[in-house]
Amino acid sequence: MNEYSRKMIPVSTINYLREEDAGKRPVLDVRNLGIDFGGLTAVDEFSITVGPTEISGLIGPNGAGKTTIFNLLTSVYQPTRGSILINGVDTKGMSTAKVNRLGIARTFQNIRLFSEMTALDNVKVGMHNQINCSFFSSVLHTPAYYREEKKANQRVMELLDFMGMADVAFQKAGSLPYGVQRRLEIVRALATNPSIVLLDEPAAGMNPSETTELMHQIRRIRDTFHIAIFLIEHDMNLVMNVCEGIAVVNYGRIISKGTPEQIRQDPAVIEAYLGKEGV
Amino acid sequence: MMKRFFDCVNRNRSAAMTYGLVIVFYIVMQTLASQRMLTRSVTGYLVPICVYIVLAVSLNLVVGISGELSLGHAGFMGVGAFAGIVAAACLRSFIPNDFLLLLAALVVGGILAGFAGLLIGIPVLRLRGDYLAIVTLAFGEILKNIVGNLYIGLDAKGLHFALNAEGIHMDPAGKMILSGALGATGIQKLSTFFMGFLLILFTLFVVLNLINSKEGRAIKAVRDNYIAAESVGINTTAFRMKAFVVSAFLAGMAGALYGLNYSAVAASKFGFTTSIDILVFVVLGGMGNILGSVISAAVLYVIPEAMRGLADYRMILYAVVLIVVMLCTWSPAVKNRIAMVTEKFTSKFRRKEAACHE
Repeated sequence: MNEYSRKMIPVSTINYLREEDAGKRPVLDVRNLGIDFGGLTAVDEFSITVGPTEISGLIGPNGAGKTTIFNLLTSVYQPTRGSILINGVDTKGMSTAKVNRLGIARTFQNIRLFSEMTALDNVKVGMHNQINCSFFSSVLHTPAYYREEKKANQRVMELLDFMGMADVAFQKAGSLPYGVQRRLEIVRALATNPSIVLLDEPAAGMNPSETTELMHQIRRIRDTFHIAIFLIEHDMNLVMNVCEGIAVVNYGRIISKGTPEQIRQDPAVIEAYLGKEGV
Repeated sequence: MMKRFFDCVNRNRSAAMTYGLVIVFYIVMQTLASQRMLTRSVTGYLVPICVYIVLAVSLNLVVGISGELSLGHAGFMGVGAFAGIVAAACLRSFIPNDFLLLLAALVVGGILAGFAGLLIGIPVLRLRGDYLAIVTLAFGEILKNIVGNLYIGLDAKGLHFALNAEGIHMDPAGKMILSGALGATGIQKLSTFFMGFLLILFTLFVVLNLINSKEGRAIKAVRDNYIAAESVGINTTAFRMKAFVVSAFLAGMAGALYGLNYSAVAASKFGFTTSIDILVFVVLGGMGNILGSVISAAVLYVIPEAMRGLADYRMILYAVVLIVVMLCTWSPAVKNRIAMVTEKFTSKFRRKEAACHE
């Protein structure tokens, strides 16, 4: 038993727990996370819990450390202090690939697709760890290979269809329109069968109607797959409408947590975004 | 649904064309040879052509599919060549059949080269880009120098290894297989065009199947974006390593075929220049394009050989050919010009055809 499991689960980040999630283990439990780059403290005392089917948001001014937090959660960086528990497992010292297998998947702020491969293959790469096919049956194309490929193809088409992208399955990912690429990244993340998806500015570069569609899709993802979603976004319309709880960071620290309603009225948040009155 | 079907056919068509081309090439050459319509020098090219095709395809797995610029491919070829020669000499008494003996030698050559690839891959694959290229170049030279300083003798008691000629204490009846910088001499020529053909088919089978599988997708994903590949749970180092080792294994088999095709082979053959030659085949054939590698390896190997009559000018002509191919495949200006010319031709042809129909 580690130090944490004896303690009570802290109040959900966001001071709000979906009825469904009450009494369940949080999918993401972060305690006092911090990282220093040389002498610079980029993130400090960052604590948050995300319930199994919660949509929560992380906002803050530019350079506040939001993407750094995502990189810490996915083990791209190793934290200097604190701990991250995904589905109750401490990720200390794990590689990004291993952390993904624990159930955390992400998208990137600057799109990172496999641009030379088709959309279908991009999602199939996401399914990598669910395709049960040894190296030798891959090389020899044994019946197991065909069985697994067929299964994977079906699943990929289902996922693409779910996001309304079945028609672009055979196009090169690099040649797709920007908004479609963003959604393809989400599909690829979903293909890894995660229990929480981190979306890094999913609406960046989308027009208002695409953003509205994205909002519906985010809710639909949660309701269909019963997974948690944690997103960074600058589009306040999307954040306030979709997120059930929000954490606001500035200079690497949480300055406010709460429901969208509470955040909107918090003077600390208003100050971080707009500056102090009368200066 | 229809589109999906066509995609499937298209992918298989490219693979089928590659296999088909190789089979047709074999049948044509074999018939010509059996009709004694080929000169001695042309039949002499057949096995090396097979060797270079296999080398190009296997290097394409690393350079084109895995995206690592490796400049030490000839080193693996050298390991395979000498391992194959030694294996053939040792197994001679156990395997009377030449074909099976050659097969065994190829497998031994491949396995040793694959093992060398594994050992070298451990330090090298921690690097990326230019650094990786430089280090593979260095390891290629190291491999060449190791096999170039090895003395191996065979007598009734078995194999004797040493790093100098005096270190070998054999029965008087013993025979030197490798003698350092002189390389291997007195090799019994076992390689046949048929085996070369089989080796090409085997290589294509392994590489094409690998590309169209979970493993191949992971390798390509690491090439396109390793951060994203890692984020979907792919252990990037493992897959770069798999590509590297498979490539070294195939290069080793090609090397064994090469080594057993001549009566004497020196280690100096497996140096930097050969690595670059293979890389040129891959680049001109198209990165990641297996059919392209097959064609360019065959054509570019034959061009300098066929121009031997031109003596000193042949390397200049070879260079000109390379530049022309580069321009035709890359430069937009030249590409547009070619497109214009072909358009003119086809439109004329179409008009004629239309006229015929009227």
